[in-house]
Amino acid sequence: MATKDEVFSKVQAALVDALGVDDDEVTPEAKLVGDLGAESIDFLDIVFRLEKAFDIKIPRGELFPEDILTSTEYVQNGRVTPEGLEKLQARMPFANLSAFAENPVVQDFGNLLTVEDMCRYVESKVAA
Amino acid sequence: MRWFWIDRYTEFESGQYATAIKNVSLAEDHLHDHFPAAPMMPNPLVIEGMAQTGGLLVAQHSDFVERVVLAKLARATFHFSAVPGDTLTYRMTIDDVHKDGAVVSGTSHVGQRLQAEAQMFFAHLPESRAGKSLFEPEGLLAMLKLLGVFDVGRDRDGNRLEVPSNLLETV
Repeated sequence: MATKDEVFSKVQAALVDALGVDDDEVTPEAKLVGDLGAESIDFLDIVFRLEKAFDIKIPRGELFPEDILTSTEYVQNGRVTPEGLEKLQARMPFANLSAFAENPVVQDFGNLLTVEDMCRYVESKVAA
Repeated sequence: MRWFWIDRYTEFESGQYATAIKNVSLAEDHLHDHFPAAPMMPNPLVIEGMAQTGGLLVAQHSDFVERVVLAKLARATFHFSAVPGDTLTYRMTIDDVHKDGAVVSGTSHVGQRLQAEAQMFFAHLPESRAGKSLFEPEGLLAMLKLLGVFDVGRDRDGNRLEVPSNLLETV
């Protein structure tokens, strides 16, 4: 089974290739959108690279829950409802949503995921 | 201007790789617009040629049912500029095909000299994002024939590539 270091270095390589950033920019705390400049199409590219690097399958919506964030049931006036937040946390146990929960504006969600979240997600898939 | 950035395929191995050539001519207007008095093939149009070579290969993989668009150029390196008289040979290989798209990488050569390298990512457009198809079937079929896809194309078993029935039905 892959160690934490192995997971990190493969995730780092995938992000360096997908986003054209330098190794040293991809720190555990770096935010994919805010710090590394990821755009929406990059997420599909990243998913492809992670699937290949770890031989895993990443179902659509698991890393980036578009369906919840565009649902009229879970989003009202541009903000995620308490039920929506519960749903997000259940879908994304690898991410820390507490800061987002304080002011859950949908537009800010994209800037939530960090490299560390992505590593945690991959570890859960590799272990499964 | 017609948006053809390859002249014809010379190899087309279904689901695997394709090779196409592009002859660069002094008669092409766009060569003269880049740098005055120094005609060259603009690098973005080399990328477009590589994308056309690989994009049709990806589209053929689903018998042209998926609507394939160039979504991202992950990496591109140019070693020198192509000039009038050069024949560019683009060779594009499918690295990976998924439900949502494909990763393709390849090279551009002038003779034996490596001119450019690129990796690109094609997305399959979902129904919700666009109209029913990107091309009219007749137009698509005519383009594939012009480019020689069915002259050189081979399926996975090495047999000659047939025109898909979904394109034939409409003609």
